[in-house]
Amino acid sequence: MPDLKADLKRWQETALKRTLDRSPERKQAFTTDSGIPVKALYTPLDNPESDYQQQIGFPGEFPYTRGVYPSMYRGQLWTMRQYAGFGAAEETNRRFRYLLERGSTGLSIAFDLPTQLGLDSDDPLAEGSVGRVGVAVDTLADMETIFQGIPLDRVSTSMTINATAPILLAMYIAVGEQQGVAQTQLTGTTQNDILKEFIARGTYIFPPEPSLKLALDIVEYCLGNVPRWNTMNIAGYHIREAGADAVQELAFTLADAITYIERARERGLAVDEFAPRLSYSLGCFRDIFEEVAKYRAARRLFARIMKERFGAKDPRSYLFRTFSGSCGSTLVSQQPLNNIVRVAMHALMGVLGGHQAIHTACWDEGYAIPSESAAQIALRTQQILAHESGLANTTDPLAGSYYVESLTNEIEKRARAYLERIDAMGGMLEAIESGFISREIQESSIRYQKSVDSGEKIIVGLNKFQEQETDQGAAAMDLFQADPAVEGRQKAALSAVRAKRSQEEVASALSELAAVISRNENVMPVVIRAVKAYATVGEITGVMRSAWGEYRSPAYI
Amino acid sequence: MNDVGNRKIRVLLAKVGLDGHDRGIKTVARYLADAGMEVIFTGIRSTPEQIVDAAVEEDVDVVGLSFLGGDHMTLAPRVIDGLRRRGLQVLIVLGGIIPQRDIPALEQTGAARVFLPGTPPDRIVQFIRGSLEQN
Repeated sequence: MPDLKADLKRWQETALKRTLDRSPERKQAFTTDSGIPVKALYTPLDNPESDYQQQIGFPGEFPYTRGVYPSMYRGQLWTMRQYAGFGAAEETNRRFRYLLERGSTGLSIAFDLPTQLGLDSDDPLAEGSVGRVGVAVDTLADMETIFQGIPLDRVSTSMTINATAPILLAMYIAVGEQQGVAQTQLTGTTQNDILKEFIARGTYIFPPEPSLKLALDIVEYCLGNVPRWNTMNIAGYHIREAGADAVQELAFTLADAITYIERARERGLAVDEFAPRLSYSLGCFRDIFEEVAKYRAARRLFARIMKERFGAKDPRSYLFRTFSGSCGSTLVSQQPLNNIVRVAMHALMGVLGGHQAIHTACWDEGYAIPSESAAQIALRTQQILAHESGLANTTDPLAGSYYVESLTNEIEKRARAYLERIDAMGGMLEAIESGFISREIQESSIRYQKSVDSGEKIIVGLNKFQEQETDQGAAAMDLFQADPAVEGRQKAALSAVRAKRSQEEVASALSELAAVISRNENVMPVVIRAVKAYATVGEITGVMRSAWGEYRSPAYI
Repeated sequence: MNDVGNRKIRVLLAKVGLDGHDRGIKTVARYLADAGMEVIFTGIRSTPEQIVDAAVEEDVDVVGLSFLGGDHMTLAPRVIDGLRRRGLQVLIVLGGIIPQRDIPALEQTGAARVFLPGTPPDRIVQFIRGSLEQN
């Protein structure tokens, strides 16, 4: 037998060439969705086998390419964590119970924008937004209602909350206490990833420095007090949704993580104390192999950073534990039922990628808050993959694919190069403040749009295979209608709480908060005191606003 | 045709309300600028008052508003009323996640067109040019 290299060359020059001479390939060049060149064929030459232990290894062991736990889904399936929340607390409570009764194993709360931005429902700026994109929470009373009949020692709850995360976590702790569940038993996650708000999602309130301080207050407080809590979910998902490609998504997520870890160490926390409680999120976009390679590269690159850069010793510090989900931007309003298929592919990449928790989007999300039936299909999609497909029978089944291993290496290499550029700029905060990150994302976003315009990227139903439809589907759909009365009801409930509480205790807690801020101490204990006194989200944030001011990010177009 | 009289078409783009998703509007901004228009983007979380003031100050021909937070029925009419009260005769276009059933009311209020997700950005460029040429 000739050696492989010579044999490959022979095949390319004979068999392949003869075929291509007769009928050329469909396109001039093939790339991944993010523009990484893809060859016609991958062979062992692309991944020298000698690298196995160093590059791939075993699940649950360094460098974690194959998964963060040794037994992965054979031991325990991923958490099916459906994102929900809308209207007032009662409605979200009903939707949560609906999902739990149907086998959902974790909750994920969407908050409305006023709650995310520290505004009460009766603030003039909140008008029109109360209970729209998530549930409205003004005081502890709302949080009590959301979790009525849901024992906090039996579910884990993920909260998509950033600028006001200390307040919402404080409320969750207080509800737990009322239910007789100690904070040491609580499990769940606060997103608490403020850096990506400055570059992608926009729900920042304070300037970067005090914003980072608040985020780290949660990390520090939970260390001793809420030890099972995931203090941060450092999210690439939103960066991807803002237009970044797969490599940027990974690189910027890790650059954010590096910044938090450096800041935590500056506070005197040891990396092996807090790093095990950090969690991560990456999106599920379109290109299955690229996404799986991204997840595998993420685990490996992160573990290497923790070891090489931060000298972490506890293996739990190396784990890039992830909650990932459907990128809503891949969903298409035209012929919307096709989205069910897209979401099934998202779940497929998530499972092949070895995530700890997965969210599947609802096919009608492009129109409205998902209807109950759409939410059910999204959950069932995960259950079908878990129980009917054989996907969960072995760990990291794409390992050893010449293509996927090669792509994993390539993505790690490209992400590393970005990290080096960011380091050279002085770190992620500087890269964000100089506009570099926003501009990089914007360029990718425009590139993507242009390739859709030109038809180079095909989106079924949008730029190819269109139907003549005015608004097919949408008219026939059982669409969720936002209840216009929610805002009024929420305002009335807020007035009632304000009237009933002890004003002295509220005032005293708020002035103590101001003092804690001026002494630059951890705000968590006094925020917990304030929420227990039924101080509102707006009042607590107001104290912080007076101390730190508000930030307005420049817009790069 | 990118000119009104002797000058470039001036477009004010804005995100009203609390929503921070600006990928769509920034994409539109780029396409309008590439088409030779003068684009002013006021960033996220602008209030209706700020937008009206900016439209007056910048003397624009077009105001484009993006909504992804479900608050369009409250906030779009406020911007439009404000512009009318200041006597501005501008073309108003909206875009974002807006249910079909809300479109007639928004057009009634004074929006010339509501662009939904998936609209090729060039179509927005053409619409703005076409509308301004008619006047």
